[in-house]
Amino acid sequence: MRRALPGFVGLVCLVLMLPIAIVVVLAFSGGTFLHFPPTSFSLRWFAVFFGDPRWQASLWSSLEIASVACVLATVAGFFAAYAFVRRGFAGKKLLLSMLLLPTIAPTVITSIAMYFLSARLGLVGNLVWVGCCHAVIALPVVLLILLSALQGVDPVLERAALSLGASRSRTMLRVVVPIAAPGIVSAGLFAFLASFDELVISLFLTNVATQTLPVRIWNSLHLEIEPTIAAVSTFLIGVTALILLLDTAVRGLRRTARS
Amino acid sequence: MRARRRDRAALLLLLPSVLMLALVFVLPLVWFFVRTLFIDSAPTELPGLVADVLTSRAMLIAMVTTNWISLVVTLTALLIGYPVAYYLATRGRGRAAIVVFCVIVPYFTSVIVRTYSWMVILGSHGIINQSLLDAGLIAAPLPLLYNQFSITIGMTYVLLPYMVLTLYAAMKAIDPALLRAARALGSGGFYTFRRVYLPLSMHGVLSGALIVFILSIGFFITPALMGGPSDVMVAMLVERSVEIMLDWQSAAIMSLLLLSVTLVLYAIYTRVTDIQRLIGG
Repeated sequence: MRRALPGFVGLVCLVLMLPIAIVVVLAFSGGTFLHFPPTSFSLRWFAVFFGDPRWQASLWSSLEIASVACVLATVAGFFAAYAFVRRGFAGKKLLLSMLLLPTIAPTVITSIAMYFLSARLGLVGNLVWVGCCHAVIALPVVLLILLSALQGVDPVLERAALSLGASRSRTMLRVVVPIAAPGIVSAGLFAFLASFDELVISLFLTNVATQTLPVRIWNSLHLEIEPTIAAVSTFLIGVTALILLLDTAVRGLRRTARS
Repeated sequence: MRARRRDRAALLLLLPSVLMLALVFVLPLVWFFVRTLFIDSAPTELPGLVADVLTSRAMLIAMVTTNWISLVVTLTALLIGYPVAYYLATRGRGRAAIVVFCVIVPYFTSVIVRTYSWMVILGSHGIINQSLLDAGLIAAPLPLLYNQFSITIGMTYVLLPYMVLTLYAAMKAIDPALLRAARALGSGGFYTFRRVYLPLSMHGVLSGALIVFILSIGFFITPALMGGPSDVMVAMLVERSVEIMLDWQSAAIMSLLLLSVTLVLYAIYTRVTDIQRLIGG
């Protein structure tokens, strides 16, 4: 019994990581179809990914949409989180659960409704608009991170700044933002990731010219499982890894700043 | 007076988020339902239409499939997730960090990538079938992909991190002194777990099960890619009626049902889960 638990947990960890590891290994295979373990290794599928103008166009679409979503969600989320932490107002809990709702509601329904309105307004395929739609999905992530980050900002420091004659906006800009900076960066990173990896909204709201990486993977998976998808997937996994790494570094900064 | 001024400042701070939610999320949904159900369809036809859609064979099968798969996924995630969360909550930092890493990395990896990875493993030319064929254990590939079995595996894989993280949050709040007290009073390891730890972690179990079930019933990507032609879940039926049939009214009726169920379960979830804790109130 004492051995069984660590053994079971180890097995679960293996099963959690194995599929991702397999995709990464396959992406470097040299063969023309997927065989595991690969008989030879090469970078040819990455060459296909980075050499194909259509894949590149998708990459740029994804980057543009995610940048818009990241900025919108982080800015709006910061103000909201500050209000939640510092201000007293009625219906706090209800409002928070409303703001978290977009990640809970079935994305197919949200996407169809967004498409229904966007089509009428002629916004389908508009990168900035898709970024706005992604921002609503990214907002919950931002809120959760910033709520905890802002709770770490001592209100006494704000009161000190105010009593020394700083205006509200100056206090916000020179006291609150610098102290909460690591949290804000974390929030921005995960907002970017939430949009970069989003599929269903993009599926409905982009067109052939503006389709994102996940949409192109989706379209390819319906046709055939080609090794290029493994390379693109590995690229997406790499972006996730990079963001988790940056987040860890930022958290480290926060810890050293505190001590 | 002071309270009102504070309220006004709060309102201003909340404005960007609330505006965004209202314009990009609430408005499209309301417009979609109002337009398709109350403007485009005659009021006299609506009740009949609703009855037709909700009792259609496709919808009934989809509802049974959705509930069944969601239930199996929730239970599987709970059975796997509970021991993992228990391990995380009770072990030292070093080992827990490795386990957290293994939960967090898939959690933040794109759903389409995670689904693809299981298609590569389970497909007829996939890794499992290839290995079994190479070893001479089977003569023809096993049908591992494109059925309810593969949907269940794929969805459990995608949703397991939600379960583990929810359970872990609840278990971390359990005071270890209570367990020491039980031991000091002479209760054995398993007895302590069953009579003290398990009841104390029950609201975490409920939260975790609710969040996984809620996300399951609305799931689209994984079942659409990993299911067979007959494994249609409600979210897929909604998408098909729009994409293939261009039948916006049926899509709206099915969506309204799915969304209502989701909202009711989410309301229970917010009561069970202490989201107040997030605001420190």
